[in-house]
Parts: sequence; C-alpha cells; structure tokens
Amino acid sequence: MDFFILTLAIPLCAGILLSFAGERAWAPHINVLASTATFLSAAGLTAEIVAAGPRFAFGELFFIDSMNVFFVALTAFVGMTTAIFSDPYMKNDRSHGKLTPGRLRLYKSMFQLFMCTMLVALTTNNLGILWVAMEAATLTTVLLVSLYRTPASLEAAWKYFILCGVGIAQALFGTILLYFAAERVLGETGTALLWTHLVDVKGSLDPTIMSLAFIFLLVGYGTKVGLAPMHNWLPDAHAEGPTPVSAVLSGLLLNVALYAILRCKVLADGALPGGFAGDLMMGFGLFTLLAAAFFLSRQKDIKRMFAYSSIEHMGIITFAFGMGGAVANFAGLLHMTMHSLVKSAIFFAVGHAAQKCGTQNMEDIRGLLKINPLIGWGLMLGTLAILGMPPFGVFASEFMILTHAMKFHPWATPLLLLGLGVAFAAIFAKVQPMVFGESEAKRLPHAPAITPVFVHLGLALMMGLWIPPYLTRWFHEAARMLG
Amino acid sequence: MTSMPLYAQLINLCAAVILLLAFAMLAQRRVVQLVDLFALQGFMLFLATLVMAFKTGQHHLFYSAGLTLVLKVILLPWILHRLVRQLHIKGEVEPLINIPTTMLIGLVLVVIAFNVAMPISQLSSTIARGTLGIALAVVMLAFLMMITRRKAITQVVGFLAMENGLFLAATSATYGMPMVVELGIALDVLVGMIILGVFFFQIRDQFDSLDIHHMEQLKER
Repeated sequence: MDFFILTLAIPLCAGILLSFAGERAWAPHINVLASTATFLSAAGLTAEIVAAGPRFAFGELFFIDSMNVFFVALTAFVGMTTAIFSDPYMKNDRSHGKLTPGRLRLYKSMFQLFMCTMLVALTTNNLGILWVAMEAATLTTVLLVSLYRTPASLEAAWKYFILCGVGIAQALFGTILLYFAAERVLGETGTALLWTHLVDVKGSLDPTIMSLAFIFLLVGYGTKVGLAPMHNWLPDAHAEGPTPVSAVLSGLLLNVALYAILRCKVLADGALPGGFAGDLMMGFGLFTLLAAAFFLSRQKDIKRMFAYSSIEHMGIITFAFGMGGAVANFAGLLHMTMHSLVKSAIFFAVGHAAQKCGTQNMEDIRGLLKINPLIGWGLMLGTLAILGMPPFGVFASEFMILTHAMKFHPWATPLLLLGLGVAFAAIFAKVQPMVFGESEAKRLPHAPAITPVFVHLGLALMMGLWIPPYLTRWFHEAARMLG
Repeated sequence: MTSMPLYAQLINLCAAVILLLAFAMLAQRRVVQLVDLFALQGFMLFLATLVMAFKTGQHHLFYSAGLTLVLKVILLPWILHRLVRQLHIKGEVEPLINIPTTMLIGLVLVVIAFNVAMPISQLSSTIARGTLGIALAVVMLAFLMMITRRKAITQVVGFLAMENGLFLAATSATYGMPMVVELGIALDVLVGMIILGVFFFQIRDQFDSLDIHHMEQLKER
C-alpha cells in the first residue's frame, strides 16, 4: 500500500463523506478516525522516506524529501489532536445554540478538505500547484472563520478572504516571474515549475528576475504567514473563528505558508549569491517580532492575544531562516515544530476556558485552577512554554537563534531580546490572574478533551530536554537542504 | 525601426484596450456597468490569448483561451449579475477618494509599473513582451480599485480584474503557465466566487447592506 496516496486520499474522501453524513451519530467519529488514519499513514510515509530517501509520486508531480515529510508528519499529527479536541468543543457549542447541525457538518467537511489542501501544498513538486493549494487552503477556511455568523466573525472572514486573496495574488505574480526566469534556462518543456528541476539550475536563473520574483513571493506568501505589516487579517480570523480553526490556522497554515517561502528562498539564494533573500527575510522577521510584541500588551481578547503571539513567533522563525546556515536553519525548524505543538495546545486550553466562562474577554476569565485544574495547568504550562521557559523546547530553539544572531549579526540581538522581553511581560501578566484567583463558572454538558493539551506539552518538554537521535538527523538533513 | 508584424500589433492593441478598460472600471460608478466592463476585459484577454495561440500554434494556449472565454466572459459575469439582481444592489458606488484623484493616482501607478517591468521585458523572447508592463499596471489599477471602493461587490470585481492582469502577465511573458496550473487557478477562482456568493448573503442578512463600512469594528483600540 502506498502511504503517500493514503495520506492525501483519506482527508479528501473523509471531507466528501462528511459533507453527506450530516447529523448521523457516527459523523463525529469519522472526523476523528479519518484524522487518526491520516496521521498513521503520514507516520508510515515518514518511516519510508527516512529509510529509503526522497521519492517522487505521480510522475514528477509530487516530491517528498526529508524536509517536507517532516512538515507532513507534524501537520497530520496536529490535525489528529485538533479533531479529538474539537469533538466535545463543538458539541458544547451546539448545546449552547451557537451552531446548527448544518454548520457543524460544514465545519467537519471543510476541516478535512483543509487538511487535504495543506498536505498537497506540502508535498507538491510544482510551484504552481503549491500556489493553487495555498489559495484552496484559504477558501476552505473562509467559511469556517464565519461559522458563528456573528457580525464580527463575518467581518473577520471578509478581511481574511480579501487580504489573503490580494496577498496570494502577489505570490502568483512572483510565481509567474519565477516561471519566466526558469523557462529561459529549462525551455518550454513544462518542467520549468518543478522544484527538483529548478534547484538543479538555480545558479543560472537570471538574477534581475529572481530578485523581483522573490520580493513578490515573500510579500505574497508572507501575508499568509502573518508577517507585519500584512498581518492584519490574522488576529481577527483567530479571535472570531471557532477555536479548533484557530488552532489549525496558527499551528499549521502559517507553517505551510512559511514552507512555501523556504522553498522559494532556496532558489533565490542560488540565483542571488549576495544573500539578498536572507537579508529581506531577516528584516521582515525582526519587524514582525517587534510589531507583534508591542501589540500584545493592548489585547483584551484571549484568542486575539495568542494570535499576536503567533505573529511574534513567525517573526522569530522568519528571522532565523533569514540568517541561514546549518545552525540557524536547524533552530528555525525546531522552533516551527515547537510553536505548532505548543500554540495549538494553548488554543485547546483557551477554547475550553473560554467556553467554561462564556467569554473570550480576559478580564472576565478568572480562577481557571478552581474551575478545572487540568485546564488551568494546561494554559499556565503552555504559556510558560511559548514564552521560552527553560525545560521546554521553545527555549532550546530561541537560545540557538539568539546565540547564532550574537555571533553573526550582533546588531540584531538587542532587538530580539527586546521583542522577547516585551512579549513575556505582556502575556505573563495577563495569563497569571486568569489561572489563579476566584471564579464562578458553570459545568459544561460535554467533558472537555484535555489529553491533546498535555500530549503536545509533553512532546514540547521532551524536545527541550532530549531530542531523539533520528529526529536530530532528520532536522539536520532538512537544515542542510535549506543551505 | 522596422514596423511590427501584424499579430504583435494585434496583441499590443488588445493589451492597450485591457489597460483602458482598467481605467474605465476605476472611473465607473455603477455596479452593473462595472460587471459589463469586467466581462469586456475578459473578452479582450481571450482575443489576445487567441492571437498568440494562432501565432505560436501551442495547443495549451488554445485551451487557456477557451477557459478564459467560458470563465471570465460568461460564467463569472453571469454569477455577478445574478448576485447584483438578487441582492438588489443598485445605483452608485461611492468611492472613498473622488474619481479624478483616483485616476491621477492610477496614472502614477502605470508609470511605476512600466519602470518595474522594463528590465524584465527586455529579457523576454516572446512575441508579446511589451505587454508585461501593461499587465503589471492592470494588477496595480485593480488593487487601487479595491482600496478606494466601499461596496463589497466592487472589491470582488477588483479582485477578479487583478486576476485578469496576472493572466495577461503569464501569457505575455511566458506563453502561459503549464496547463495543470492554469486549470488549478481557474478552479480556485470559480470556487472562490461561489463561496463569495454564499458569503454575500450572510453579510446582507447580518448587516442589511453590502457596504463594508459596517465592517470596521475589528481593529486595534
């Protein structure tokens, strides 16, 4: 059995099946089962790639190497835990009357299709298809952001659609320019958008065209990553959409968009030896980190605050990849993994907390430890982890990024520290009273799913203390490919 | 300077008309006429692609010309007209900046677009290399239209016009993207349009209007 085909086919079939399943009693189980099956086949695919090296699928249309198989595994894993989390969460929303059966069906079906588009974006070898899949990922989530049909959620979804649409149109122009540069070298054989072919000739791509193409690609896909100043859609979409959607947007979609930039950066680096692409990414990364850090302290909505925290971390990661080199790339990949795991865990905890207290306003959420110690500790530990406290993996990656910056770009270190410090002060001061303190919240009809929170945090803790050797090898190989 | 061959003149003519239509859209106040202009722009795009297809004899250019005709001249304008009728959108589109100023900004954008595209179009070997600057200008004008208009539907027309400009860029610089990519893009645009249609009704039910100034609650305070 081909694990690759299974990985893409399961979410696609599940999405179609769920759109027909409606309110049948087994529909929620299909969602969880399909996500678990996707994860299992992604794990199988990973084992295969680790053992046998990169491979193609469907001719040269798909290409899986150690870099993207790692994202595939991560995406499928977070997809699975989110499906487990969303089951009681959505049921609670339904019994509160926030959702109708029809919308619940839309949610489940679109969630699976969203997973499918992201997996296609990650595994495709064709940069044009990558664009198509990224746009499709936006389309599948637009109606999810507006799932509650409140005025605010409609506005958020509209903003998301228009800003990401315009952003991704820039990326299409970049892709056209890239194709144009490649066609001059590779000829009109239809292979000029295939990454594996492009990477062989990256040294002979025209530098004038490539520099312009990379700017468009960075701004375009950067809009989806949430790089400042194109980040406006992100806090709204995260705050107004259902929490499982926030978790996958933050934990997965941003990663996939960043992955698209990384693939293009490898090509741009080959064509432009001066490090132009890296400098551009460092600049955007630092600016994003600082802008997000200073917005953090002004937030009142808990999901909005953690959305800004995602922007901040995307800034750090973009900066790390901008520095380039084996250590910084390794740190960037590690940070991406840690951010996905920890941030989705935080959103799971935040979702349950907001549901219990019936509000997302941080001033009205108090005493989570008294309401449910597991949610309280989950949020507290998650917050400490995302802020880069030592035993967790975020500390390891941030430490590597900082020391590397000190060595090669000393001017950037104070700015990095400033951003991290401001973010720490802002987030910690707001989370602390939410977790401790008194409360008067009611019981929910469906018990929350806490396991995913602690599984994610446990993994983040393990990666902080000890990264399994096969994972290190895998990270090293991916980092080497990024140049 | 030797005179240009006929087909190159034809393509340049089509591109020039597309640019002109982009300006016309920028100046148009009525929604129904705006959709018609968009359809006309799609038709000129179809003609340009067709001329190029006949000249180069490349099969996939014929397919993409057909795709343009079906999608951008027939299907999308039809959906838009239906939406306008069902949602009872009528009359004036109030721009945020008055129209003469918008046109002047548009002129500046065209100059910028030509300057950016100049070094690249000199490298192009296709018969339509002069049109790359026009394509970029159309993208920027569409962008301007999205920024300066208030109605949700004009923003969508702007978005689609931007896609027209990108398509022109792809055809003029490289004889079009590979077929599988072009099909994917067309599918995305169509699905996006259908989702937007659904979305418009949600917005109207919620706000009783499609004016986006109702949607300015979410911002940093």
